[in-house]
Amino acid sequence: MEGYSEGTTSVVRAEDLVRVYGAGDTEVRALRGVSVDIAPGQLTAVMGPSGSGKSTLMHILAGLDKPTTGSVKIDGTDITTLGDDALTRLRRKHIGFIFQFFNLLPMLTARDNVLLPLSIAGQKPDEEYFTDLIDRVGLADRLTHRPAELSGGQQQRVAIARALVSRPTVIFADEPTGNLDSRTSGEILELIRASVDKYGQTTVMVTHDAKAAAMADRVLFLADGEIVKETGKTSQHEILRIIDTLDLS
Amino acid sequence: MIRFALQGILGRKLRTALTAIGVVLGVALVSGTYVLTDSISSAFDSIFTENYKNTDAAITGKSAIDLSQDEAAGGVAPPFDQSLLAKVQALPEAGVAEGGVFGEAQLIGKDGKTIVFGGAPNLAFSVTPDRPEFNTLALVSGAWPAPGEVVIDTQTAEKKGFQAGETIGVQARGPIQRMRISGLVEFGQVSSIGGATLAGFDLPTAQRLMDKEGKLDQILVAKKDGVSEQQLIDAIQKVLPEGTQVRTAEDQATADAEGTSGFLDFFRTFLLVFAGIALFVGSFVIANSLSITIAQRTREFATLRTLGASRRQVLSSVVLEALVTGLLASVVGLFLGLGIATGLFRVFDAAGLTLPNNGLVFSTRTVIVALIVGVLVTLLASLRPAWRATRVPPIAAVREGATLAPTRFHRFRPVGAALLAIAGVALVVVGLFVDGLSTTTVLSSLGVGVLLIFIGIALFSSRLVRPLAAFSNPVARWSVLILTVLAWPFFSLPYWLLRRGVWGPGSSGRRTAGFVLGAVLNPVLLLIVLIMAVRRRAGSWQPEWPADFPGVLPDRPATEIGGQNSKRDPHRTASTAAALMIGLALVTLVATLGAGIIKPFEDAVDRIFSGDYAITAQNNFSPLPPAVAQAAAAAPGVTSVSSVRGGQAQAFGETIFITAVDSQAAGVLSFDWQAGSQDVLGQLRADGAVVDETYAKDHNLQLGSSLPLQTAGGKTLPLKVAGIFKPPAGGSPFGNVTISTTSFDATNPQPLNVYSFASMQGGVTAANTAALEQALATFPNAKAQTREQFKDAQSDGIRGLLNVLYVLLALSVVVSLFGIVNTLVLTVFERTRELGMLRAIGLTRRQVKRMIRHESVITALIGAVIGILLGLGLALLLAARLDEVSFAVPTGQLIIFAAVSVVVGIFAAIWPARRASRLNPLEALQYE
Repeated sequence: MEGYSEGTTSVVRAEDLVRVYGAGDTEVRALRGVSVDIAPGQLTAVMGPSGSGKSTLMHILAGLDKPTTGSVKIDGTDITTLGDDALTRLRRKHIGFIFQFFNLLPMLTARDNVLLPLSIAGQKPDEEYFTDLIDRVGLADRLTHRPAELSGGQQQRVAIARALVSRPTVIFADEPTGNLDSRTSGEILELIRASVDKYGQTTVMVTHDAKAAAMADRVLFLADGEIVKETGKTSQHEILRIIDTLDLS
Repeated sequence: MIRFALQGILGRKLRTALTAIGVVLGVALVSGTYVLTDSISSAFDSIFTENYKNTDAAITGKSAIDLSQDEAAGGVAPPFDQSLLAKVQALPEAGVAEGGVFGEAQLIGKDGKTIVFGGAPNLAFSVTPDRPEFNTLALVSGAWPAPGEVVIDTQTAEKKGFQAGETIGVQARGPIQRMRISGLVEFGQVSSIGGATLAGFDLPTAQRLMDKEGKLDQILVAKKDGVSEQQLIDAIQKVLPEGTQVRTAEDQATADAEGTSGFLDFFRTFLLVFAGIALFVGSFVIANSLSITIAQRTREFATLRTLGASRRQVLSSVVLEALVTGLLASVVGLFLGLGIATGLFRVFDAAGLTLPNNGLVFSTRTVIVALIVGVLVTLLASLRPAWRATRVPPIAAVREGATLAPTRFHRFRPVGAALLAIAGVALVVVGLFVDGLSTTTVLSSLGVGVLLIFIGIALFSSRLVRPLAAFSNPVARWSVLILTVLAWPFFSLPYWLLRRGVWGPGSSGRRTAGFVLGAVLNPVLLLIVLIMAVRRRAGSWQPEWPADFPGVLPDRPATEIGGQNSKRDPHRTASTAAALMIGLALVTLVATLGAGIIKPFEDAVDRIFSGDYAITAQNNFSPLPPAVAQAAAAAPGVTSVSSVRGGQAQAFGETIFITAVDSQAAGVLSFDWQAGSQDVLGQLRADGAVVDETYAKDHNLQLGSSLPLQTAGGKTLPLKVAGIFKPPAGGSPFGNVTISTTSFDATNPQPLNVYSFASMQGGVTAANTAALEQALATFPNAKAQTREQFKDAQSDGIRGLLNVLYVLLALSVVVSLFGIVNTLVLTVFERTRELGMLRAIGLTRRQVKRMIRHESVITALIGAVIGILLGLGLALLLAARLDEVSFAVPTGQLIIFAAVSVVVGIFAAIWPARRASRLNPLEALQYE
């Protein structure tokens, strides 16, 4: 590991991000100068209403989109200047994803879906870690099943294991409970929380669910492309109150 | 609903265009065929009509037997006595009458060899300088020939560098004569027909050259004013001797055209069969594309149903969409056909077979047939997918990821498909093995049978996709690796060097050196990269540079996913592969039958022909005058020369091909005797005949049976069967009846040899070859070949035909290539979100491309495997039926076909893979 540059305590550092879509009359400023540091080993939640720019922020932090101005450093590398191939390789090593719609490959078994990132990168799985991981996400008896044979919650567990399997620098979760019922949502959130605690997995979660945000070590509130408030670990009740006072609903 | 259907087409322009390509190409071939054959036919008609424009009646020789085919080609009917001309001229009804002869005469090029374009004949005519209106030939420049002079066609003059005033070697039935070229001519209005060379002489010279002194082949008569055509004919009829006939000019033109129109009908049907195959393959592509599109539009149809659309309306909207697509495709195909016809004229011209062309003929029939066929095929192909669309329940509108429910017939599908294929095989077997069916019944049961087999196997093959994909997976990986390694120095490396040269990185010295090397390795890529540079400078395009050094090793993870993808939807993979399967099955069939014909033919040559050398015409098939064999016999070292004469005769009321052998035959030819012995060949004399086994059986002939044979000259030979032989499986060089040269020559005024064989002291040696060639030097049209050369030369014709078939079948392979492109594009579209996820978790663009390429190659290989096996199976059936064909697996060619399939897979993937790799992972994630 190249390690972090001297004196930094963040794995993801974004400086003055501006993202403008379109031009002229149809110009939309999705981000208006956002700076954020993501500390290692923490679960950070990004909250905000639709159109607040929270998804745009996550996409730019994950190297899926490029800012109009500003820079993003992941593990000390400025990703905004990288070409597609270099960026893809950086994603393989440093970034994991959890999607709202799970996005599993239907023709692969749960096991192959979990191992997919390693397979793409041409790496062999660490059997001990893999077994531990599968136990932790509770998929031991589901490994040979295909996505169509799994429930939504189980599919999202596969997706979480897939994100964790390459031990990335940071995991980005995009509304991970957005497509699940409330009981299953709770289980999935517990799992994400546990992976942060057990493996020290830095995770950024975009959500509009106050219950999800209450699990985070830190909550960023976005509105109109700007960070309007930031708190440490907060109760669900407090989060709802903040949303209410900031008129973010 | 109509507007909905039309907007569906507009909204999916690209997909509609891709779907329609199969129909466009098929219809283009249909319309091209008609335009081509109509144009040739109209050109021929005008030639023949032109020939007789100043004539009212034509007198020709009449063969004792029906030789309608050969007669039109000019001159197998025996010539008649010249004295008839004076009698006709003396008739009060006749105005002007002129006699003429025609036949073959070779022109000798400046290199001393006979001038032959393609395999076209060397035609010779007499011309009448003072009555040019009667001449078949039209003078272009110079003058009509004086005695001992010649006029030649403009094509020969141009291509072989001759001018009026020069001398040229001419040879008809005797030795070469040097003659002065007095002028250049054309045949009617075209410079040439099919590459034939033309030579014209004045009548006495022509008669002398063609061994027709005192004889004529034709008399053309113009009536006197005030006499009707019929009166003239009646008057001539009265003075006609035995063996001649008179026709009106119009009838004569029709009779002349008969041979060509028969050929053109065959040619047209032949091309239309291949157009039909392309359309059939195209219909698979359409059905498959529509099925995929409809599956993807499930929610759209469901929404329509919730809004109150009936099943019928859904059905008609899909069918209407197909109808409009079919119509558009047919119109495009129709006009593309004009291009195809022009292209074919050029191709034949380049091959030296100039076809007569007075401008393209675009008849109403062409338009109607092309449009109806194109629309009908599209419509039929759309019925099943359209019916499926009606099965979409309204609830699918609100359900995430709704798919089409399996129909209630779903579980019967494999059984039904198998039954269809079995019914097809049964029809083929009936067509092949049941005796006593008419040709039409045989052909249609074969055609329908093969069609059913294709459809049945296409439907059934979804069951075979998983095992075949598992088999193809490593094959695809290895074959792509091999092809990539082969192409690497000419594509991947120069492309990388050129791009690096233009955009860096690296020191300018190394970049320049690399750029130059790249440009040398592949100049075409230089052009492409320069265009890229211009576009980049213009700011319209931003390339992704710098690119990685191109590797050749297969990308395991990418091919792994690609392999899985090919098994995902077996129905889709199967029907995509089925289009290619059809083309490959037919190509395999052709190749296997070709091998099955060539091999026994070569065996037959080895078995029959024990001489050292064969003497044939330069074009390998034209008969040669007996003088050639005599010259060869005189060469030093020749121990024996035996010739086989060939001609037609009539026996038991039917026209048959007969051959004649001389007394030397026993030494160089060996027969497989069923009755009689080798000695019989030398002792046929005046009344002996050897017949083949089948002919003997059909006519109940035994040794000693009498066999009355009427020759072309009109005389009947009282023959007795002296031997019965079994002709070799590879085709016999002998006719049904073989007689002695003596009795053949006695009744044929102008006997010709089809083959001559020579045995020499010491066998095949360089010295012997030189001695024979020396002896044949006075006959530029003759050549001596060793047995091996002879075999190759004789099977060249079959190989040429095979190549023509491959080219025509290649069109259906191209159609199936577009089918794969279509499926892949639709699949990429459908898997947008999935591709986005893969890109997000680390698949590079190149890996995406390889993933899709691998899926494409596997699909192509599945089609290839089924197609090749099917082709072999059909060939086995045909070989079991046809005595002339044995079953031989052309392993080398089959490997080439499989490799071509891999290339088809690679090419089909190029564009869909580019589209997939350009997908922005972000858009992919947000895509719903």
